[in-house]
Formats: sequence, structure tokens, C-alpha cells
Amino acid sequence: MRLKLVWENIRFRPIRTALSILLIAIPVTLILMLIGLSHGMLDDSARRAQGIGADIVFRAPSSSVISFSGGTLPANLIAFLAQQPHVVHATGVLNQPVEGGIDSVAGIDPAAFDRMSGGFTFVEGHTFQKPTDILLDQYYATQRHVRAGGTINILHRDWNVAGIVEPGKLSHMFLELPVLQDMIGATGKVSQIYLKLDSPDNIPAVLESLKAKFNGYPIYSMKELMSLISVNNIPVLRTFIDVIVGIGVVIGFAVVSLSMYMAVLQRTREIGILKSLGASKGFVMGLILCEAFALGLGGTIVGILFSFGTKWIMSVFVPASLPQAIVPSWWPVAGLVAMGAALLGALYPGMLAVRQDPIEALAYE
Amino acid sequence: MNSAAADPIIRVTGLRKIYQTGKVQVEALRGVDLIVPAGEFLAIVGPSGSGKSTLFHIIGGLTPPSAGKVIVAGRDVSAVGDAGRTELRRKYVSFVFQKFNLLPNLTALDNIRTALFISGLPTKPFDPAFESILDLLGIANRLNHKPGELSGGEQQRVAIARALATRPTILLADEPTGNLDSRNSLAVLNILRDLNARLKQTILMITHNADAAAFGHRIMHMSDGRILETPQSD
Repeated sequence: MRLKLVWENIRFRPIRTALSILLIAIPVTLILMLIGLSHGMLDDSARRAQGIGADIVFRAPSSSVISFSGGTLPANLIAFLAQQPHVVHATGVLNQPVEGGIDSVAGIDPAAFDRMSGGFTFVEGHTFQKPTDILLDQYYATQRHVRAGGTINILHRDWNVAGIVEPGKLSHMFLELPVLQDMIGATGKVSQIYLKLDSPDNIPAVLESLKAKFNGYPIYSMKELMSLISVNNIPVLRTFIDVIVGIGVVIGFAVVSLSMYMAVLQRTREIGILKSLGASKGFVMGLILCEAFALGLGGTIVGILFSFGTKWIMSVFVPASLPQAIVPSWWPVAGLVAMGAALLGALYPGMLAVRQDPIEALAYE
Repeated sequence: MNSAAADPIIRVTGLRKIYQTGKVQVEALRGVDLIVPAGEFLAIVGPSGSGKSTLFHIIGGLTPPSAGKVIVAGRDVSAVGDAGRTELRRKYVSFVFQKFNLLPNLTALDNIRTALFISGLPTKPFDPAFESILDLLGIANRLNHKPGELSGGEQQRVAIARALATRPTILLADEPTGNLDSRNSLAVLNILRDLNARLKQTILMITHNADAAAFGHRIMHMSDGRILETPQSD
């Protein structure tokens, strides 16, 4: 009967119920979308790093795990590393952030990069032919609504889109290495160097040897690098997520509190009726909390559905810059946040309800 | 009816009630004495502000008295707190209001079941005695309708059914015909009188209407927070 009372009350005011669920769904969506973006961008970054086909990455000190930007290495190091035992191929890459830092363009040596990665698969167009040529992957070309033969403005310069390639290798945008070096004033510099070995079995030995020669340089096997590209290994991202969850709790609390306050006001007379029938304070509080729990649950489900909606929107409009993942492991967390906020938000209006004088409540119009 | 032979179900002695409105004190009851025997149908008549509603609310455990003693169904209502008054409403007293006060989101049936549930009684099936009350009230075929789908007379009859479902010791009716036309008013008053006669249900009814008051065994007049008639039942 108690559940029936809660259900009928929720059903009786569909607009208020829908608005409450929608408002609770917003912080859930916010949390899941931002968590999804964090994971999606890292997954995308890891996938592209893996697509290079290298066994070891040699990075400049103080470079970022995600973008590999920030540090530079002398390009003549490539030849030196290529001569090390068991190293078959070596190629240097220069990264330069664009679009406010969300994306980056990679400067590559096409021949060396092809030898290591197996080469690009062209969907449209061809490889570099002129210094003004740029290659885009399908995601970025879709995002910028550009096709092979078109023009794109990056780094304050118009580029000819020579080819569009399948995604999953290193970056979303590619320039020839010397072109990018000249453009950003990094002549003779690269951001990191990738090494391909004769056999994966030799990775530990080569790593040990390189670390002995280059003390203080971040040198990782690609497997290690993949494990480093995770939310938990990036303190700033971890803090960012915590802040987002905190904001979600605050918004959820405020929204539910307001919603339940309005609900209690609307139901003043009904609460008076229940009290006249002998309903205890605990009974009335129980009803309010059950309703808040139900709204929290509804908001969680809608929020999860909305996160699929934001993923679809991202994949249509910004597939390269903001790839969003669906992270089911965060659904219970978002649900707990929503329902916790809902219950907390309902406590004060609930206390107001149980304290209501039954005579005044019955006289409420 | 020879009510003097029955045990009093309500005994009120020296009852006072003072409301504090800001810095102003309003004395709603100024020393009320009242005895109501079990099974009596008592009509309380008086103008607005006479204190009859306040008396009704105190006897029903909706508000505590400021002074005096109120014994209802053997319980000293004046000595208990909020929990004690809640228990009184749950087990011993039921209300019928002028504005029906049915829960608008529930069907008539669920309104009745809610009262049973709150009282800790089985919500289904109804016992045969209560089924016969529903027949008497003429709402057996209207139970699956929500209040908004019922006429005023039907709503008040549902309210009476809800009030009686928990087998209260006392039924308190506050202007039960105040929102009804003359035909429905007469029907409701006849029902109350029948219920009193058949079930020996103690009923206290507040009314402005002298014709309605005439349905009671006894009529008590109130004015300025005092009872004008003798508190002894006839």
C-alpha cells in the first residue's frame, strides 16, 4: 500500500514528476558524459598510439603522457637509436596542439612512418605531394566537413587536404615533419621517437639498455604506455572527475530539494489528510523519502539514456576531438550520486512535512 | 435513547485552548465541560468562532489543549504528546470533513484501504460487516473511481466509509453536509443516523444548520468558547 501511495502520487502529477526526473537526470548525464569523454579520449589516444606499430617509445623529459607534447628531442637521435641492437625501424614524430589544445597535428616522416605502421589506408586522395598538403583521418574530416582536394585552416594557415585515411594511427592530422618543424620553429626537433624491434622478446633488454644510456628520459614499452594512459594515472584528470562528481552531487541535491519542497507544498492538504487518518511522522517521512528514491532512480535511468544521446551527438559533430565512451562501471556511481542527492534533498522538505500542523494542513488551499 | 445509562466515551473537564497569533492571544475555549456517553449522536451547534471546531480538533487529537482534561475512549488526550494523539487518531477516532478530504490521486477503494493500512488493519478483503456499510452508503459500485469522478454526495459517502473502515470508537463529523445540496445533505444525515442506530456508533457532528442538528440525539450550543447547554446528557 505504501508503494501504491508513492506510485499514485508520482503518477498523479506527471509534469512535476517528469520535470523532477529530468532535473535529476541532468547531473547524472553530466557526470556520465564527462567520465565518458575522459575515458573516450584516453581510449582513442591509446588506440592511436597502438596503431603506430612500435614496440618502444622514447620521449623527451617533461612531455605529457596524453599528447606527447611539451618536450623536444634532437632529430639526430633517431639515427642513433636506429643503430641500437635489435632495433629494426625508428621514426620521429613532432606533435603540435591545435584547436585550443584539444587536438594535435603530427609531423611525420612518411616513409619511415609507413615502414613502422604498415602505411595509411587511404579512403580518399593520396599521400603528401606538396609542402602545403595535409592528411586527415576520417573522424577529423567528418568533423570539419572536408573532403580530399578541399582546404582546411589549421595553425592559422590554409592546407590542401591531400588524402583522408582510416583512423587509428598516431593522430587525426598529419603534416610532413620538416614542414611542421619549420612552421613552429622546431627545426631538427621531434617530440618522441618510436622504435620497432626485431622481436617483442627483446623489448626488456632494449629498454634496459636505453635507460642505462639515457638516464632520466621516459622510455616505455608500448604496453607500459597503454597502461599509463588511464584516468587513474593522470592526477589532474582524477581531480577533474572528482570535481565533476561533486558538482553533480550539489546540483542533484539542490534540484531534488527544490523539487521535493514544491512537492510537499503541493501536497500540504494531502499530508494533513494522512495525519488525520493517524499517519505517524515516520510514515509521512517514509513516503517523502520513497518518492525521492523513485525520482532518483528515474533520473538515473534517464541520465544513462541521455549519456547515449550525448555520445551520439559527439560522434556526429566532433568525432575526432571529443570521442565519448559509454562507461557502464560508472552507472552505479552516478546512480548513487543521484539517489543520495535525492534522499538528502528530500530530508528538509520531509521534515517540514512531518512538522506540519494537521489542522493548518487540512485548511491549506 | 437513555444515554445516561451508558459509560461516557468522552469526558471533558475545564478545557481551555489559547492560540498565540504573533503577540496576540486568542482564547478559543474558555472552560468547557462535556460528557458524551458511548453510542450517542451529539450535534454541536454554534456560530463561527464559537469554539466548536477547536473542541472537535482537541477531542480528535489534532491539537493539544492548553488546559483542562480530555478523556477519549479511556485515554487522557490532554496528557499525551504528538505520538499519543497520532495513536488516538489511528485507533479510536475518525473524521468526516466538510470538504471530504479524500486523497485525490487514489480511487475511493484505495482511500479506504489507505485508512486501513495506516491503522495496521488488513486492507483486503473487506469483512462482511463493512461490505454491508458500503451497501448502506450506496457506493459499492463507485469504488474504482477517483474523487474527481464522483459527485459531492458520493465523495462524502466515500469519506464516511473511509472513516468507518477502521471501526473507530468515535466518528467526528465536521459540517458533513456543508458542501452538499439539500438532497445529498438529507441522504448523508440519514446515513449517519442509521449508522448510529445500527452500529451504536458514537457520533459528534458540528453543524451550522439547525435542521441537520435535529438528526442528533442531543443538540449542544456553543458560543464564545463556552457550552450554553448543560454538559449532562439527557
